Amino acid sequence: MGTLWFCLVAMMITVYVVLDGFDLGAGAIHLLVAKTDEERRQVLASIGPVWDGNEVWLIAAGGTLYFAFPALYASGFSGFYLPLMIVLWLLILRGISIEFRNHIISRVWDPLWDFLFSASSLLLAVFFGAALANVVRGVPLDSTGYFFEPLWTDLRLGEQTGILDWYTILVGVLALLALVMHGALWVQMKTTGAVNQRSAMFAANAWWGVLILTAMVTTITFKIQSQVKENFVTWPWGLIFPFLAIAGIVGVRFELVKRDERKAFFASCAYLMGMLTSVVFGLYPLVLPARNPVYSLTISSAKAADYGLKVGLVWWTFGILLVIGYFTHTYRSLAGKVAVAEHKAHSSPEIA
Amino acid sequence: MEHALGVHRLHFAFTITFHYIFPQLTMGLALLIVYLKTKALRTNDEHYNRAARFWARIFGINFAVGVVTGIPMEFQFGTNWAAFSRAAGGVIGQTLAMEGVFSFFLESTFLGLLLFGEKKLGRIGHWWAAFLVWLGSWLSGYFIVATNAWMQYPTGHRVDSHGQIELANFWQLVVNRWVLWEYAHTMLGAVQTGCFVMAAVGAFYLLTKRHESYGRTFVKSGVLVGVVAAILQLFPTGDEQGKLIADHQPVTLAAMEGLFESQKGAPVALIGQPDLQKRRLDNPIEIPNMLSFLTYREWKANVRGLDAFPQDQWPDMVPLLYFAYHVMVGLGTIFIAVMVLAALMLWRGKLYASGAMLWALMVCVPLPYIANTAGWMTAELGRQPWLIYGLMRTAHGVSPQVGAGNAWFTLIGFMGLYTVLGILWLFLVYREIEDGPEPDEVLQRQPAVTEAAG
Repeated sequence: MGTLWFCLVAMMITVYVVLDGFDLGAGAIHLLVAKTDEERRQVLASIGPVWDGNEVWLIAAGGTLYFAFPALYASGFSGFYLPLMIVLWLLILRGISIEFRNHIISRVWDPLWDFLFSASSLLLAVFFGAALANVVRGVPLDSTGYFFEPLWTDLRLGEQTGILDWYTILVGVLALLALVMHGALWVQMKTTGAVNQRSAMFAANAWWGVLILTAMVTTITFKIQSQVKENFVTWPWGLIFPFLAIAGIVGVRFELVKRDERKAFFASCAYLMGMLTSVVFGLYPLVLPARNPVYSLTISSAKAADYGLKVGLVWWTFGILLVIGYFTHTYRSLAGKVAVAEHKAHSSPEIA
Repeated sequence: MEHALGVHRLHFAFTITFHYIFPQLTMGLALLIVYLKTKALRTNDEHYNRAARFWARIFGINFAVGVVTGIPMEFQFGTNWAAFSRAAGGVIGQTLAMEGVFSFFLESTFLGLLLFGEKKLGRIGHWWAAFLVWLGSWLSGYFIVATNAWMQYPTGHRVDSHGQIELANFWQLVVNRWVLWEYAHTMLGAVQTGCFVMAAVGAFYLLTKRHESYGRTFVKSGVLVGVVAAILQLFPTGDEQGKLIADHQPVTLAAMEGLFESQKGAPVALIGQPDLQKRRLDNPIEIPNMLSFLTYREWKANVRGLDAFPQDQWPDMVPLLYFAYHVMVGLGTIFIAVMVLAALMLWRGKLYASGAMLWALMVCVPLPYIANTAGWMTAELGRQPWLIYGLMRTAHGVSPQVGAGNAWFTLIGFMGLYTVLGILWLFLVYREIEDGPEPDEVLQRQPAVTEAAG
């Protein structure tokens, strides 16, 4: 039961990264791929109707993590206190900069909203990457089951780590580049004209960074988290996850050259899924490794009682089926390129 | 407040109070939008659709702020109240996760369709979008109230040998006497906020002689729904909540009422200031025997005062709790008076021309926000010193590793951010009200032409 919920929570987080990932990526490159007001509204219109729903995956994943692994939620959230609060502020800034730009019809404010939208998206990508890296590297949990990490200490991988050290920063940069690639491919798929061309260029350039950093981070990760190697040796079938990531990253290049925008985006989805599932597979059965492995939180030490998990499975399955229905319908009805009316100062996208 | 506990409490209190400004309006408006869309379907009058569209825009702004300020609430259970989450996450995580899975996805999907999909969906489809947004927002309210209700009146759980609180009966957690009455009472409060805001905007239009056809619709809708909500707020929902508190949190009842001494034929204090040193109410104006009657339906029944309980069981902020409760009840009484009077004048056909009554409706607009906040303060301060009533004290629920310095840092950050957010929100909502709904006149040309042709 614990393992099942471990997989379900991991799945929800993966869906969040794949979906909101393109919103964040689009935000990060917003100022650079779109220069004029019309171009910027193209980028915003490409994520406008979906970003809010995508973000709900984070909330739902958080809630699910909470009831399935209360001890993990307690230790992890209080230990990552500062970065999580900063993530909350960034999510607030991103949300209001998208929504309020549509409501304030005054050109004077536009550069502010564009800047806030872009900066918050960019930093969110880095923080999410660094957060994941913290989990992989392990945190200074002690016998009380709690820890607290300052934002940084000496940037080294010692006993008293901070949120940021050279490894987590490296993964943060990888996350940013991967989401830039992902977001650029989304924007490319949804837009026409200059924005379309610039985002294609961005995706192609970010790809090299993603490739190099993925190789580096993977090598380092095997060195600093012994569980990963152990798992791949014990269960070699798990190699399908890294293979999915490799197929994804190769696919992105292949489809970019062929100029198939849809398939390039889906290949990027496969890359992100492959990377995240590899991490999850590599950590199993740990849910929060400690710097001192004795104190690591595992599925069995962090999970809630079985009755609650069983009941949860019933409503969760029913709920997620509904959600799949909503999302299928929404993305279907929004398929194709976005159209932005030229004459209107601020148009709300009408669902076609 | 050099101790972390006080800062963590203030942190949650500040962020939840600011957050709840938005859901109380969106939950109330969602119902009123369904009402307007239903009117549009029944009367076939495009006027109601335009009115609904106007309110959907205001709903959209409030919803956006509600969403971004709501995420910190879920996170704070883990970040600031880790010990509580570790012990009880298996129970309250259920309802919080259900909120995410069942209501947030529903709301975000259908709000998009409500705002941008009217042409595509058609009349019936668009009504359904409005209905599902209402359902989503009210479900969300239910799961949150169920979470709170369990903390007030824990049930359906079991405590294991390690002190872990686990779920033992799902249905008892989700459906029990406490959650049903608390939910009804909370939702009626939200409906009143929606009604007062709608009626106030209508009154504003009538007084400034702009968008007058909408002004009449808004005043009428706000008053008709509002009068029902205001009365139900007191009876039966407020009354039943009071009885539940008398049964399960008697010390809270004594503190709310400022009743220091147990007595037969206990009075209700309308005004008075609790004096904790002398253990009495200063300058009291009281209705004799009333509290005994309200609580036990007997004029001379014995009501236990604070003296019947050891002081470490008392809510730790008796005066604030007392005032929160009195502000809530006082404002609730005013709402009944205003709404009943407005409804009578509406019935007699005098409301739209009465400057005084329209003014009264307009200036009332901040009051339901204050009453809702005071109501939640009553519930939350009344639960003290417990985090989970009878099971876990607030002092034991806090994150052991997050110190006062870090908590102050993020609290100040939230205060700054929310101040800016609050100003922007007021500005945007005011601008929507200034712009008003799409004018009826322009679109009424169509029937005028047909009439001339006929």
